[in-house]
Amino acid sequence: MANEVVDHGRRRFLTATTAVVGGIGIVSAAVPFIKSWEPSARAKAAGAPVTQSLKKIETGQQLIVAWRSLPIFIVNRTPAQLAVLPAQDPRLVDPHSLVDQQPKYAQNGTRSIKPEWLVMIGICTHLGCVPDFYGEIKPEPFDPKWQGGYYCPCHHSRYDIAGRVYQGVPAPKNMVIPPYHFVDDTTVQIGVNPQEAG
Amino acid sequence: MANVFTSIGDWVTERVPNMMPAYRKHMTEYYAPKNFNLWYYFGSLAMLVLVNQIVTGIFLTMNYNPSAAGAFDSVQYIMRDVDWGWLIRYMHTTGASLFFVVVFLHMFRGIMYGSFKKPRELVWLLGMLIFLALMAEAFMGYVLPWGNMSFWGAKVIISLFGTIPYIGDSLVQWIMGDFLPGDATLNRFFALHVIALPLVLLLLVVLHLAALHEVGSNNPDGVEIKKGPKGNRWDALKPADGIPFHPYYTVKDLVGVGFFLLIAAFIIFFAPTLGGWFLEHDNAIRANNLLTPPQIKPVWYFTPFYAIVRMVPSFAGTAVWGVLAMFGSIAVLFALPWIDVGAVKSVRYRGTGYKVALTIFVIAFLSLALIGTDMTDVLFPMLFGSGIDLTTWTNTFGRIMTVTYFGFFVFLWLYTHLGWEKTKPVPDRVTTHD
Amino acid sequence: MKSLLSSFALALVVLVGAMPAHAEGGDALMKSGATVRDQASLQRGARLFFNYCVGCHSLKYMRYSRMAEDLGLTEQEVMQNLNFTGAKFDDPVISHMPAASAGKWFGKAPPDLSLEVEARGADWVYTYLNSFYLDPHSPIGWNNTALPNAAMPFPLWALQGMQTAEMKPAKAGGSATVEKLVLSHPGKMTPAQYQQATRDLTSFLQYVSEPAALQRHHYGIWVLLFLALFTLLAAMLKKEYWKDVH
Repeated sequence: MANEVVDHGRRRFLTATTAVVGGIGIVSAAVPFIKSWEPSARAKAAGAPVTQSLKKIETGQQLIVAWRSLPIFIVNRTPAQLAVLPAQDPRLVDPHSLVDQQPKYAQNGTRSIKPEWLVMIGICTHLGCVPDFYGEIKPEPFDPKWQGGYYCPCHHSRYDIAGRVYQGVPAPKNMVIPPYHFVDDTTVQIGVNPQEAG
Repeated sequence: MANVFTSIGDWVTERVPNMMPAYRKHMTEYYAPKNFNLWYYFGSLAMLVLVNQIVTGIFLTMNYNPSAAGAFDSVQYIMRDVDWGWLIRYMHTTGASLFFVVVFLHMFRGIMYGSFKKPRELVWLLGMLIFLALMAEAFMGYVLPWGNMSFWGAKVIISLFGTIPYIGDSLVQWIMGDFLPGDATLNRFFALHVIALPLVLLLLVVLHLAALHEVGSNNPDGVEIKKGPKGNRWDALKPADGIPFHPYYTVKDLVGVGFFLLIAAFIIFFAPTLGGWFLEHDNAIRANNLLTPPQIKPVWYFTPFYAIVRMVPSFAGTAVWGVLAMFGSIAVLFALPWIDVGAVKSVRYRGTGYKVALTIFVIAFLSLALIGTDMTDVLFPMLFGSGIDLTTWTNTFGRIMTVTYFGFFVFLWLYTHLGWEKTKPVPDRVTTHD
Repeated sequence: MKSLLSSFALALVVLVGAMPAHAEGGDALMKSGATVRDQASLQRGARLFFNYCVGCHSLKYMRYSRMAEDLGLTEQEVMQNLNFTGAKFDDPVISHMPAASAGKWFGKAPPDLSLEVEARGADWVYTYLNSFYLDPHSPIGWNNTALPNAAMPFPLWALQGMQTAEMKPAKAGGSATVEKLVLSHPGKMTPAQYQQATRDLTSFLQYVSEPAALQRHHYGIWVLLFLALFTLLAAMLKKEYWKDVH
C-alpha cells in the first residue's frame, strides 16, 4: 500500500519488449504455414525435367508434352513458316523479344536454339488459356492474311509461329520459352539450360 | 499515427456503437476476482488450443484426402512432401490431446470450487455441452488418418450404438453409410469434423463466455465478489475484490501461455507420439478390415469413460447396460448443480466428508483411466505377482471404481440434501496467499 | 494446489514411462540403441538396406532425393550405389519384386517398410533382425522368435551366420518353446559387428519412418529457448502490473 508509485517507464518498456518478442513469435510461427503452400516434394518431382524424342514429329506438326503440368508446344517448323517470320516484325508488339520471356539463347529471330524447332510454354500471356495451333499459311476467319501461328480461343489473342504476339490483341507479351537443351540431334530435354546439362 | 487510430475508432463507433462497450465489458471493465490461482489458467489455455486446432486444421485440410483409398497416403504426404507439413500435423495431434488435458483440469477446477453452483449453472451446462461436442470432434478427427486404430476405433465406437435394442443394427449402418467403416463414413466424419462440429464448438464457447461474464467469475474462495463491498482503485462502483481482466489477467494468462507452450513445444519437437499416448503406433498401419490391432483401446482421453463399458456385464440378452452406464457417467455431470446443493462453494470451506469424497472420486476416475488404457495389465502383475488371474482382478477393481465413480454423486446428493455437511465459516472477502 | 498439480504431472510422467512401448510378441525385446542423430550410421544402414532388403521391400513414402539430402549423400552416390532399380532421383523407393509373384513365393507380399519402426518400434525391428534361426519344421527353413512362423527367409545369414534354437521342454498340453538361440555357423561378421550392422539398419528404418525427426531436433531447441525468453518476459510484465493489486 505504501508504494503506490507506478514506474511507468519500466511498465512501458516491458510491455513493448513482450509485445515485440511475442510478435516475432507469431510471425515466425506463421512462416511454416506460409511455406506449406510452396510446391511440395511431389509437385517438384512431377516438375522434374522432361525428355522428349523428336523423331516422330513431322515437319509442320506440333506435339504437346507436359512439364510442371504446363503444356509445352514442340513444333517442327517448315522452311516456309520460318521464311515469313521477319516480315511479321512491323505488326508485332515485341518483334525482337526484348521483354524477358525467353532464355538468352532463344532471344533471336526464331526464338529457338535450332531454327526449325520451337519449344514453348503454350500459355497465352493474357489470362492463361492454351492457344490453338494454326500452322498453315492460309486465310483464316479471324485473319485473312494469316501467316501461321497461334490463336487464343478465349479472347482472340494472336501470335506468330515463334510465339510473338501481334499488335491490337489483349495479350501483352510474347509466349514464354522454357529452359531446354538438345541431348542429341533427335532428343530435347525441357527444364534444363544447355550450360547446366552435364 | 495516434490520430489515425482515433479517427478510425470514431468511424467504427459511429457505425457500430456497441463495439467498444462490448470490448470494455469483456476486457477492461470485466472485473474478475483478484485471487485466481493456478487452476484458473486452463480456461484461457483451452481457448488457445481451440485457435491452434482451427488454424492447423484448416491447413491440414489443404493436403488431406478424405477417401478410404487416399487418406492414409495423404497423411504421409503431409508428413514428408509438404513443406513443414509435419509441424502442422504434430501441432494438431498434440493440440488434440492437450485440449483434453486442459479441459479435464478446467472441469475439475469447476467441481472443486463449486463454480457450477447458483448463479453459474448455465455456465456449467454450456461447458458440459462443449465437452460433449469436443468428444465427438475428437473421435471423428481420430478416424480421419485411416490407420488401423482409426478404423477399428470407429468400428467399435459406432458399434456402441448397436447395443440399443431393436434399432441398434440399422442405426449402426446408418451412421457408417456402409456395412463397415468406409468411404461414406470417412467423408461424413470429415464434413462433421472440419465444418459442423467446429461451428457448434465456437458458438458454444461464445455462449459459455457470455454466460460467464454476465454472472462474473467464481474464485478459489467461492466468495461472490459482487455481493461484497464496492469500490476499487479503478472504479468506485465495482467490487472491491475485483480487478480489470485486462490488463491484469491478460498479462497473467500470458505467463500461463508461455509455460503451456513450452510443454507443448517440447512434445511437438521431441516426443510427438509421446510414447504412443498421443499418436498410437498401430495407427502407423493402414486401415485393414481383416486385421484387428492386438490391443484395441481408445485414445487416452476416452479411457475413463470407455472402461465403464467393459466393466458392466451384459444381462437380459443385451450389452446396452454398459453403454448406458458410460453415457450415464457423462450425463450425471450435467446434473451436478442439482446433485450438489451445498451452500458453500469452495472445497476450502466444505465439510471433511466432501474433501474425502472428492479425493476418492479423482482416484476412481484415474483408476478407470488405468483400466481403459490396459495399464492395469502391466501394473497388477508388477504389484501382486505374475501368477494372478488378470481378468478377475481387473474386473473386480474396475467394478469397484465404477461404483465409486457413481457413488460420489449419490453421496453428494445425500450429503447436501440431507444436511449432513458440516462446513467451515466462509470469509466475507476473498483471501490471497502470496 | 501447486502440489496437487505437480503430483498430477508426476503421475503423467510415470504413466508415460510405464506404457509398454510396443507390446508385440510378449517376449522382452532387445534394446536397439537406434538413433537418427548419427549420420554415418544412417549411411551404413542405407547401404545394408539397398544391398539386402530392397529386393523384396519397398519404402514407398521415401524419395531417393530426400534421402540423399538428409543423409548427406550426393545425387551421384545415391544413383550409383543405392539405386539399382533404374528409378529417377525424385522417385520413391519401390522394390523390383512384383507383388503378385511375391505373394506366390512367400505366401504373402513382403510389406512396405516405410513405417515399420513407427508401427512396431525400433527395438522390435532390431530384435527381429537378431532372432532368425534355422528351423527344419518351417517350409522356408527359417523361423524367428520375434515373429514366429514369419514368411521371410533370412537375407543377412551370410553376415550373421546361422543360429539354431535350444528348445525348452514342452509344458503339459503346450508345445515346446525356444529357450535361447545359439550361433552354430559363424558368418562374415563377429556378433558385435553384426549387432552394430543391424543397429545401423534399424536406425536407417527409424529415419525412414519419420524423416521429419531430423528437422524436429534441429528446430526444437531454438523454439524452446525462444519460448523460455518469452515466458520470462511475460512473468516480469505480470509482476510489474500486479504491483497494482493488493
